[in-house]
Amino acid sequence: MKKSVQVRYFAVLREQRGLGQESVSTGASTAAELYEELRARHGFTLPADRLRVAINDEFEPWGAAVGDGDSVVFIPPVSGG
Amino acid sequence: MAFRMTGAPIAPAALTEGLADPRSGALAVFEGRVRELNEGRAVQALEYEAYVPLAEKEGERIIAEARARFEILRAECVHRTGRLGLGDVAVVVAVAAVHRGDAFGACRYIIDETKARLPIWKKEHYAGGASEWIRCATREGPAPGTLK
Repeated sequence: MKKSVQVRYFAVLREQRGLGQESVSTGASTAAELYEELRARHGFTLPADRLRVAINDEFEPWGAAVGDGDSVVFIPPVSGG
Repeated sequence: MAFRMTGAPIAPAALTEGLADPRSGALAVFEGRVRELNEGRAVQALEYEAYVPLAEKEGERIIAEARARFEILRAECVHRTGRLGLGDVAVVVAVAAVHRGDAFGACRYIIDETKARLPIWKKEHYAGGASEWIRCATREGPAPGTLK
């Protein structure tokens, strides 16, 4: 069953996608499946093992379920400080 | 809130004044500033982008961890977003404690964890016009959180 999730992009992913956020209709059941689907669609260069994922503003494991209405952020390697 | 992200210039003196406490015999302050060279390349400006809601939550967790590990009275951390020039202050950590050992230790802990864990990204703009998101190249390095 398709669900609608809100995806936000930062840094290198934002530039590769060409926008900061979008609503995605997906059949993916986990965060990992959603990233692979979007990576195939948009040609993101970073593999999932270089990223972390947050759902609804909390870090989650890649196997976490993605539900209808969730907000998802894929987090590229960080470089603050 | 002890941790915050800001798009405005940071005034370290104003931050440390807020940590005045008659019990405190030690104030440790770390300022991270924009430097002109990174890995041999001439940097002209930096741009910080942050996933602010999660950065602020995780920043508060880091300060709570520092409180659990060290005997400190007060701690504050402020990190910039937006475009910064050479010499600008990118991040300030300030810790007040009774004694210097805990002030230094907590200050070091907070800046190290901030750099390793917070969803903040730095784009360097080089002389000549090139620019690059640091650590986001696709042919090097393990996942975030495993490097300091």
